[in-house]
Amino acid sequence: MSATPPHDLRARHSSHRGRVQYRTALNEALAEEMRRDPKVFVLGEGIGERGGSYKVTQGLRAEFGAGRVIDTPLAEASFTGVGIGAALTGMRPVVEILFIDFTMLVMDQIVNQAAKVRFMTGNQARVPLVLRTQGGAGNGLAAQHSQSLEALFYHIPGLKVVMPSTPADAKGLLKASIRDDSPVIFIEHKLLYLTEGPVPAVEDYMIPLGKGDIKRTGRDVTLIAWSNMVPRSLAAADKLAAEGIEAEVVDPRTLVPLDEELILASVRKTEHVVIVQEAVRRGGVASDLASIIQAKAFDYLDGPIEIVAGLNTPIPFNLALESACVPQEADIIRAVRRVLGRNACL
Amino acid sequence: MANPYSKAFLTGLYRQLWTIRAFETRCIQLYRQGLIRGYLHPYLGQEAIAVGVCAALGPQDYLTSTHRGHGHCIARGADLRRMTAEITGKQAGYCQGRGGSMHIADMSQGNLGANGIVGGGTAIGVGAALSARMQGKDSVCAVFTSDGGVMNGTFGESLNLAAAWDLPVLFVIENNQYAVSLPVREATREPELYKRAAGYGVEGRRINGNHVLEVYETAAEYVRRCRAGEGPFVIEALTYRHAGHHVNDPGTYMPEDQKEHYRKMDPCLLGRQFLIELGGASCEEVAAIEADVQQAMDDAVEFARQSPETTIEDFLEQIGGDQ
Repeated sequence: MSATPPHDLRARHSSHRGRVQYRTALNEALAEEMRRDPKVFVLGEGIGERGGSYKVTQGLRAEFGAGRVIDTPLAEASFTGVGIGAALTGMRPVVEILFIDFTMLVMDQIVNQAAKVRFMTGNQARVPLVLRTQGGAGNGLAAQHSQSLEALFYHIPGLKVVMPSTPADAKGLLKASIRDDSPVIFIEHKLLYLTEGPVPAVEDYMIPLGKGDIKRTGRDVTLIAWSNMVPRSLAAADKLAAEGIEAEVVDPRTLVPLDEELILASVRKTEHVVIVQEAVRRGGVASDLASIIQAKAFDYLDGPIEIVAGLNTPIPFNLALESACVPQEADIIRAVRRVLGRNACL
Repeated sequence: MANPYSKAFLTGLYRQLWTIRAFETRCIQLYRQGLIRGYLHPYLGQEAIAVGVCAALGPQDYLTSTHRGHGHCIARGADLRRMTAEITGKQAGYCQGRGGSMHIADMSQGNLGANGIVGGGTAIGVGAALSARMQGKDSVCAVFTSDGGVMNGTFGESLNLAAAWDLPVLFVIENNQYAVSLPVREATREPELYKRAAGYGVEGRRINGNHVLEVYETAAEYVRRCRAGEGPFVIEALTYRHAGHHVNDPGTYMPEDQKEHYRKMDPCLLGRQFLIELGGASCEEVAAIEADVQQAMDDAVEFARQSPETTIEDFLEQIGGDQ
């Protein structure tokens, strides 16, 4: 046994572990990257002994020490700026912002500093920083802790935007994000942390940024969804299958860079498109995807592109109101029937 | 008191003071001629702060600068040719004409860049100090900010982080007494800005920012103590802009008697006096330095004029295409 290389032991162990939680997959990605590269460190609020509000950083303080797992005061703008300064001078920080809503305190550092430095300096400088945060509605956390704000970052040249929907994607994309030389806004979803799924037990499991994934194949309609709208779209697709409608669920996984070709190939196949976005309807990523699809695959479309999105309102606290404000399975099903002209089935 | 300064050291300081003076004066002229576009925020009147602080830094150290940052670049040893090319938007500039006056950076010298956002570089400087410590480097970061910059919340946050983590940061508040046009006494109840340091458990001091030796002495002491693990520190360097906020602002809100008062304390006049009285330089030697600087400036302008224009194709190729 002593001749067996350690990675084989690990692989065998992993292959027997079954399903992995999303938060555990993220934790593995951080730990593996911190073991591999001493320049990787994490900083944020309550991430040390407490292990983070969603337990993503649990155990990291014990393994890597307080010098690399840094608890910060509640000063988001400045500790993110600290991350940028560290990234400019040779480190690879992973900054955690507890809720995406709190990134609004940090917009100067993200938009005017991190996103721009490489371009303003004529390519002299790099900001290899990952800003991990989480968004979305679903736990009655009300208007300032439930938003889906990816469009704000999608809009800014110089940022990459990653939104994993499964444990495997969470792990593979976080590892790739940490190794990327650009600032990456890595947006998790609060309802996904406890979801489970298989995570490949290979060493250094990574998913390149800009490579989307077909989460379900189908011939009749393309459902484009990301983050928590992926499992919701998959659930809707299962119900639609009972009606004889086969939906293809396309998860871009990274909004910037965007796997346009994967989306367009699916559109060319199904000729019907529904884009599902948790964020509010106005000015969202879905609208931009629709514009890309109509520009590049217009002749393949059999009808208008449908967008299922959040209402243009702040998220209310009351749980019934909250769920009414973001797309639910039934909304997706109705939209698919509309684009296929099957409303008679209602 | 014995004079601790060599003639060579004082010559170096004066050369830098005069280089900043000549650079800014020429840039204003180029701006009026339409060769520089956009914004230009001259450092005229504040030269001693950049020169004194940078003289106290070593090659391993970092700095973050401001929108009024030409002086910091020059004092850190920037090449006038590449600076002038940058400010005129040419390919040969430090940032290939992508940054301009408000964004010159020279990563090779630890100059992490000027910043178009007042207060935008403060936290970044703290990060450089943290990074240096994590990598086992003996580096200090000088964070240049201003009476305007400290009114932004990130100043308090960053000072607090640097203090909580005992980081080797030297915060340099260039108090030129106006944030754009707002006098500092109207911006705060406590216009002695160094006093804020005490609230964070940090030592700070107000000094005469026009006195290059006083700036140097204070910065040298604080840099040394930063390296000994006693950082961070705050310097409030009291100074005055020669004119308005930027080249097109006549500064009508600045009282004449105040301008006159500070003209008598001009940092270049003082620097020249130190060179002559403490360094034993002759008037001819001073004139030779100034002529030399003038020649370097003429050469830099000519270089910039001759530099090729940058193109959108170059830009897109470098950044990997439309983002």
